[in-house]
Amino acid sequence: MPTQILMPALSPTMEEGTLAKWLVKEGDTISSGDVLAEIETDKATMEVEAVDEGVLAKILIDGGSENVAVNTPIAILLEEGEEMGDLSALESAPAPSPAAEPAEADASPDTQTEVAPTITVSDPAIPEGTAMVPVTVRDALRDAMAEEMRADDKVFLMGEEVAEYQGAYKVSRGLLEEFGPKRVIDTPITEYGFAGLGVGAAFGGLKPIVEFMTFNFAMQAMDHIINSAAKTRYMSGGQMSCPIVFRGPNAAASRVGAQHSQDYAPWYGHVPGLLVIAPYDSADCKGLLKAAIRNPNPVVFLEHELVYGETFDVPDVDDWVLPIGKARIVRPGEDVTIVTYSRMVGYALQAAEKLAAEGIDAEVVDLRTIRPLDMETVLNSVKKTNRLVTAEESWGCMGVGAEIAAAVTIGAFDYLDAPPARVHQVEAPLAYAGNLEAMALPGPDDIVKAAKGVCYLG
Amino acid sequence: MAKSPSKAAASKAAAPKNLKKTTKAEMLEFYQLMLLIRRFEEKAGQLYGMGLIAGFCHLYIGQEAVVAGMKAAIKDGDQMITGYRDHGHMLALGMEPTGVMAELTGRIGGYSRGKGGSMHMFSVEKNFYGGHGIVGAQVPLGAGLALANDYLGNGSVSLTFFGDGAANQGQVYESFNMAKLWGLPVVFVIENNQYAMGTSIERASSETQLYKRGISFGIPGEQVDGMDVLAVREAGLRAVKHARSGKGPMILEMKTYRYRGHSMSDPAKYRTREEVNDVRQHNDPIDYVKARIIDEKWADDAALKEIDKEVRAIVSDAADYARESPEPPASDLMTDILAPEVA
Repeated sequence: MPTQILMPALSPTMEEGTLAKWLVKEGDTISSGDVLAEIETDKATMEVEAVDEGVLAKILIDGGSENVAVNTPIAILLEEGEEMGDLSALESAPAPSPAAEPAEADASPDTQTEVAPTITVSDPAIPEGTAMVPVTVRDALRDAMAEEMRADDKVFLMGEEVAEYQGAYKVSRGLLEEFGPKRVIDTPITEYGFAGLGVGAAFGGLKPIVEFMTFNFAMQAMDHIINSAAKTRYMSGGQMSCPIVFRGPNAAASRVGAQHSQDYAPWYGHVPGLLVIAPYDSADCKGLLKAAIRNPNPVVFLEHELVYGETFDVPDVDDWVLPIGKARIVRPGEDVTIVTYSRMVGYALQAAEKLAAEGIDAEVVDLRTIRPLDMETVLNSVKKTNRLVTAEESWGCMGVGAEIAAAVTIGAFDYLDAPPARVHQVEAPLAYAGNLEAMALPGPDDIVKAAKGVCYLG
Repeated sequence: MAKSPSKAAASKAAAPKNLKKTTKAEMLEFYQLMLLIRRFEEKAGQLYGMGLIAGFCHLYIGQEAVVAGMKAAIKDGDQMITGYRDHGHMLALGMEPTGVMAELTGRIGGYSRGKGGSMHMFSVEKNFYGGHGIVGAQVPLGAGLALANDYLGNGSVSLTFFGDGAANQGQVYESFNMAKLWGLPVVFVIENNQYAMGTSIERASSETQLYKRGISFGIPGEQVDGMDVLAVREAGLRAVKHARSGKGPMILEMKTYRYRGHSMSDPAKYRTREEVNDVRQHNDPIDYVKARIIDEKWADDAALKEIDKEVRAIVSDAADYARESPEPPASDLMTDILAPEVA
């Protein structure tokens, strides 16, 4: 059967073009790959090559024609042995349709946003009489990794100075001795590279824990965290799995200047396909890191250097695992809700004590997980207190507090007795000078001020 | 060392002079696979022209011998991973032309259910790990697959393909360093088609002999005539054996050429048509195979035409399937973002 040569689309945006000139004429024998014509698109002049072989029987659109729509027949090709008379068969042939009808065109608006999972999970009950053991955050994190490595030999740790040096912040202390160099791997200083190797190893069936000496250095690896780890399950139609934990200290340390002091919670919290956890105390660090290692998804686990040495109680149970995506009310209260995470939880608790002294009963909600956000807990709290303060170490613009304030405004507008208030770092790179650093970072007093503000007591 | 493809001696329908050992069955298999890749890509180009394939679409025409030869050098369980010029790799690994083409048209029958497209396809079953859109990102990922092979002791080798453009990405060298340091079973296959989009290798690389790029890491490299499938297979066998035996990575620089533009919307004005035609007419990888078969009288023209016909039928079926397969349902929009938690 004769073949129609159609006006081709030669760029993602082309709808029509100019058939500038023919480089073959009627009667020519055409081989696959021969240049047939020049076509001007919206971007460039392109050469059109033959796909099929045969004899060019008829040119339908002359050279120099403008505004030729994509898919218009421009010439007819006959195969070996075919006659011109066969052309009549083409006259009534319908033009090819650009795409089959979608199976379901009725995308309802509900499908446009990720449906937040209804959190029905809660922290495991601690049996009465369970001993509470004081543990530093540093050791709680180490214990979580050690327990999961004992339980699953596919779990391993890689990063800078994690093995022989025992961890730049001593979080991996003792792991090399127990698990050996195959499972506790010192990497060169090469964040982009080892993050990529970790993701590849996860594709290959392992469960890597990738430690960044700080998340400031993970910016070099962000392409693999987002493009390779977070998106591949979706891009593969669910075939590929990437069970990996990226962990390390996040946010400001102390007097280390702008490049080493940044809270990345909003950066990673923005990305579908990632779970983002930013816990505060030892029990949460242990229980959530164990959950992260077991989880089949890529998890960004944001720790805080300045709390590594703090000691908190951890329940002395065999397998302390906490649910990802569940916030915790760390201090119940009636008058104002303070929503926060990571080190700022400690400041929020200090602020709550100061507020109590002034007769304001604050409820402190520790988000623990940044993505997915447990908005149910936040909304229930605000519906009780009718006032919202968010507190975070990151910059405010596009921050976690911005997201919480938006979600509360949408979800509990009628309950609010005051506009939400946000506490965050000032919108400047973090200064080195001690006084400027202190001015830039939010502290308990900023939270107190904001809380009194939403109570109209400022 | 291999000659530059454009200067290769073989003329159309004349078998290469240095005859490498092969068999009738092997050559016919190469012929069928390489022709399948070429016809598939030509059809993809045609469907793009008809608006059935959208976005970015990078064709493999001209480079068929690289993936066909490397496929012949590996065994079951070995993995392949590459960048976005990935259709040939998938066909070589035995992924269904229907599923690949339907992914190109963004339909439910595609390997990624229409959610990945030309640049993002995978088949864990066939050991194809993508299909990656960020230039060079597949290199550490491929080294990571090798890390997993080593860790699990499964004896598999990761073939990590990238182009001459990606060879200038920093993460490639981060990967070289770790792969050698840890003795990982990976073969880095550089498909040097001589143009990184519109920039020739001479304009982009201070050292254009890419097989030397591993020297400072202690990684052996070899330059290979990537238009000669038998040369590719022989070098591939050496490199895969090296990697599998615990000696660590190896680099193969395949000197090859792409006939089409970088992507479908590239008019390729940075090179002359004469240059392209010269390779096409004097150094075509499929002509190489065909000439050897005819020369050895393993098949005649008619028999090869028969194969051509069969291949066209496969490609035509793939195109039909890719047009008829429905678009993914709206319910697919929000699936496959996160894995359900394993209880």
